[in-house]
Amino acid sequence: MFGYLVARLSQAVVVVFAMSVIVFVGVYAIGNPIDVMIDPGATQEIRENLIRQYGLDQPLWRQYFTFVGNVFQGDLGRSMVYNISVTSLVFSRLPATLELVLVSVTIAACIGIPAGLYAGYRPNSIGAKLIMALSVLGFSVPTFWIGMLLIMAFAVELGWLPSGGRGEVAEFLWFKTSLATSNGWSHIIMPAVNLSLFKMGLLIRLTRAGMVEAMGAEYVRFARAQGLPDRQIVFSHILRNISIPVVTVFGLELGSTLAFAVVTETVFNWPGVGKLIIDSILQLDRPVMVSYLVMVVILFVLINLIVDLIYARLDPRVRLKGGS
Amino acid sequence: MPDSLTPAADLSALPSAPPAETRAMRLHNFWSDYRQSWVAIGALIVFIMLLVGAFGAPYFVPQDPYDLANLDWLDAFLPPGTVGSGGYAHLLGTDNAGRDMLSAILYGLRTSFMIGISAGVFALAAGITVGLTAAYFGGRIEALLMRIVDLQLSMPAILLALVMVAMLGQGIPQIIFALVVAQYAYFARTTHGAASVERRKDYIEAARSTPLPTWRVMFKHLLPNVLPPLIVVATVQVASAISLEATLSFLGVGLPLTEPSLGSLISNGFKYIHAGRYWLSIYPGIFLMITVVAINLVGDQVRTVIDPRNSR
Amino acid sequence: MTAALDVQNLTTRFATRGDAVTAVNDVSFSVEKGRILGLVGESGSGKSVTGFSIMGLIDAPGNISAGRVLVDGVDLRSLNDEGMRKMRGNKVAMVFQDPMMTLNPVLRIGDQMAMAVRVHRKLSKTDALEQARQALEAVGIPSPGERLQAYPHQLSGGMRQRVAIAMALLHSPSVIIADEATTALDVSIQGQILAEVRDLADQMGTAIVWISHDLAVVSSLADDICVMYAGRIVERGSAQQVIEHPRHPYTQGLLDSIPARHTPGTPLPQIPGSTPQLSRLPQGCPFRPRCPRASDACTVTPPEDTKDNQTVLCHHPLERS
Repeated sequence: MFGYLVARLSQAVVVVFAMSVIVFVGVYAIGNPIDVMIDPGATQEIRENLIRQYGLDQPLWRQYFTFVGNVFQGDLGRSMVYNISVTSLVFSRLPATLELVLVSVTIAACIGIPAGLYAGYRPNSIGAKLIMALSVLGFSVPTFWIGMLLIMAFAVELGWLPSGGRGEVAEFLWFKTSLATSNGWSHIIMPAVNLSLFKMGLLIRLTRAGMVEAMGAEYVRFARAQGLPDRQIVFSHILRNISIPVVTVFGLELGSTLAFAVVTETVFNWPGVGKLIIDSILQLDRPVMVSYLVMVVILFVLINLIVDLIYARLDPRVRLKGGS
Repeated sequence: MPDSLTPAADLSALPSAPPAETRAMRLHNFWSDYRQSWVAIGALIVFIMLLVGAFGAPYFVPQDPYDLANLDWLDAFLPPGTVGSGGYAHLLGTDNAGRDMLSAILYGLRTSFMIGISAGVFALAAGITVGLTAAYFGGRIEALLMRIVDLQLSMPAILLALVMVAMLGQGIPQIIFALVVAQYAYFARTTHGAASVERRKDYIEAARSTPLPTWRVMFKHLLPNVLPPLIVVATVQVASAISLEATLSFLGVGLPLTEPSLGSLISNGFKYIHAGRYWLSIYPGIFLMITVVAINLVGDQVRTVIDPRNSR
Repeated sequence: MTAALDVQNLTTRFATRGDAVTAVNDVSFSVEKGRILGLVGESGSGKSVTGFSIMGLIDAPGNISAGRVLVDGVDLRSLNDEGMRKMRGNKVAMVFQDPMMTLNPVLRIGDQMAMAVRVHRKLSKTDALEQARQALEAVGIPSPGERLQAYPHQLSGGMRQRVAIAMALLHSPSVIIADEATTALDVSIQGQILAEVRDLADQMGTAIVWISHDLAVVSSLADDICVMYAGRIVERGSAQQVIEHPRHPYTQGLLDSIPARHTPGTPLPQIPGSTPQLSRLPQGCPFRPRCPRASDACTVTPPEDTKDNQTVLCHHPLERS
C-alpha cells in the first residue's frame, strides 16, 4: 500500500513538472505581453523598466526556474492586468468556482444515479426511454447553448431567476458562500443545473448500463432464489457493484467539471476562476494563465490519485501494487 | 461534450472482417444493417441536407454576409419574416449589422464543418501515426507514447484546447491545430488498441520478416484492420470538434466575428438576448444542436452496425 | 404422507417474436422427504427451466402457463409474488452451476449469508452471522469463522460451491434444487460434494432435485431419475430401473455414450444428430429423427406406458430381455 502510494506520487510529480514546463514555455515563448499592457506611446525607458520588473529580460529557462522557485514559496507571480499577486487573485475567485462545481456535481449525482437505476431496472418502460433520450441530449448539446436557453426561459421570459452574477454571499463556517443566502441560491441554481447536465447524462448512461448488466447477473438470480426482495437486491447487492465504475468515472469527471466551469461561468457571468482564465487569455495576462493551468493540472493529478485509492477500497478484487 | 464518451476501449478489440467478403459486399451489408433504424436514416438525411446547405450556400442564399457592401444598417435587428431593404423576406431575421441570419448561419455552418472535418482528418492522421508507431515498435517507444496519450485522455478536451489557444492565439489554423491536439489521442488509443491485437497475429510477423520497409508493413497490413473502429471514433470526433470550436468561439477565444462560425454567431447574439432579440442566438444554436445530434446519431448507428457483438 | 415436492403437469412457455416456444411441456414428478431425484437431459432439454419454474424465477418473455407445484402440500402457483418470495430460500432453495458467478464479488461471504438469513428470520446481525457460521461448518468448510470475513474471489471454486450449498441450507428448506451444481468443479471435489449432499438428504430429510446433463453423476447419487428430452420427461423410474433397464431409446443412447460403461478399443456409440430446436420440433415424438426404433407410428404423439412404476413416453419402448 505504501509502496503503491509512493510510486503513484512520484508519477504525479513527473506529470506536473512536465506539464508546467510545456505550459510555461508555450505561454511565455510567444508574443510580447508588454506590448499589450502599455500605451504604444510610452517611452522606451518605461518599457524597459516594466520588462525588468516582470523579469522578461531573463532567458526563458531562468524565468522558468524563478517561477518554480516562487511557486514553492506560494508566490505565483503578479497579474499584469490587475497588478496584484496571482495567488490572492486565484484564491479570491476559487470559492465561487468550487461552490458552483460542488452544487452541480451534487445535482448530477442526486438526479443522474436514481434515474439511471430506474432506467436500468425497467429498461423497456416509457420512463426509461425518456430518461435515455434526455441523457443523449445532455451530452451532445453544447453546454453554453443550453445555458443560454436557460437564461432565455427563466430570466428573460419568465423573470423567475437572475440571469447572471453570484448574488449575496454570507459567512458560513470559515468562508463566504452564496449557499448561505436565498439570494445566493437563486443565482447559483441555473448555472449549477447547466454545468450538471453533461455529468448527469454520463451518470445516467453509466448507472443504467451497470444496472442492466447486473440484473442479468447470476449473483442477482441467486439472491432472488434466496428470497431477497427486489429492493434489497438493488440496494445491497447491485448498488455496491455498480458503485465501482460510477465512483471512478464520477471522480475523474470532477476534474473535467472544473474545466467546463469555464464555459458556464462565462455564460452566467459567474466570478470564478474559469471566467478569470478566459479574461486572462483575452488580455494576455500570462502569470494568471500559467498559474491557472498548472493549478488545474495539479488538481487533476490529485483527483486521479484519490480516485485510484477509492477504487482499490471499493473493489476487493483490486490489489494495490507498486508501479503501473 | 461527447468527446469523453468515445468507447475506444470497446472498439479496440474488433476483429477484421473475413477476407472472403468483397468490398462491395461489405458495403452492401453495412447499408442493409444501417437501414434498420429509422432514427439513423433520418439523422443521415438531415446531415446530408446540412452539408448541402452549408457548402452550397453561396448559390442560393439571398446575401453574402461577408460582403459589407450588401449590409445596410437600416436592416439591423429585423425580426424573422420581415422584408428588408433588399426586397426579400429575412426568414430568420437579421443581426445587429443588418446581416440576413439565414445566410450568416449557412456560411457559419460551412466554417464550422470545414473546421470540424479538417480537425477530424488531421487528428485521425496524427492519431493513426502515433498509435501505429507505438503498436508496431513496442517497448519503450510504445510505453512513452501511450503514457502521453493516456495523460491527455484523462484531461478534458476543452482544457487542452484552451492551453493551445492561450499559446497560439486566435484564427482558423490555430483553432484547427488546438482541436487536433485536443483530439488526436482518441484516435491514437483506438488505433493502438486494435493494432496491438493485430500485431500478435502471425501474418504481421510474416510480413515483418520480409525485406519490406517498416512503414509499408505498418500501413499496408496493420492499417486496414484498424479502420472500422476508427471510422466510428471519427464521426463522434467531428461532432465534438464542431461543438468544441463553437464553445471556444462563444468564449471569445475562437474565431473573430469577421470569420463567423456558428459559435461566434451565437456569441454575438448572446449580447442581445436581454433585449428580447432571441433570433440572433437561438437560430444558429438550433443549427448547431441539430448538426451535432445528427452526426452523433449517425455515429451511434455505425457503431451498432460495425460492432461484432451485435452481428446477426 | 404428502411428498415434499410434487410437480403436476408443469408447462412453461417463452414468447419469442410471434411464436411461443414450450420449454417445459407437461412435466410431472414428485420427490419424497430425504430422497434425491436426478433430472437428466442434454442442454436445451428444459431441465434448468423446470428448476427455475419451480422456484418461480421465470422472467418475461417466459411464463408458466399450466400445472401445479406443491411444496409440502402448498401450491406455489396459487401464491402472490410476495408469498412466493417468502417461500424462496425458506421452503425451497436453489444452488446454481457456476460458483464463480453466483456470489456477489464485492460483498463479504458473511454479509451475503447474513442477508440471506435475515430475509426470512428476524435476527440480529451477530446472530445471523452465527447461523451462517454453523451452516458453513455443516458443509465441511474449515475455519468457517474466518471464511465469513473473506470475499468470494479469495476462495477456491469448490469452497465457493460449498458456501452456496450452505446458503441453500440456511433455513432447512424442504426442497433444494441443484442445477448442475458440481459441473464446474474438479472431479475429486465433485465426489466429495456429492457424498455430502447424499448425507444431507439422509440426515435432514431434505428432498433434492439434482439437475445434471451427466447421467453417470446422477446414477451414483439419485434415488429416482427423470430423463428429459425437448421439454418432456421421456422416462421416469427408480435409478436402478433407469440405469439397468432403460425403456426409452433415448435413455439407452445416453447410457451407451458414457465412456466408463463402454468396452475399451471399440468406437464409442453416439446418438446421431443433435438436440432439436424447440421452435422446430418434429411432429409426434420429438426424438423420432434420431431414433433407431422409429416407425411411421411415431409421427403421432407417443402415449405414456407404465410398467413396474417405470414410465416411458414411447411407441416402441425397449423391453427387458
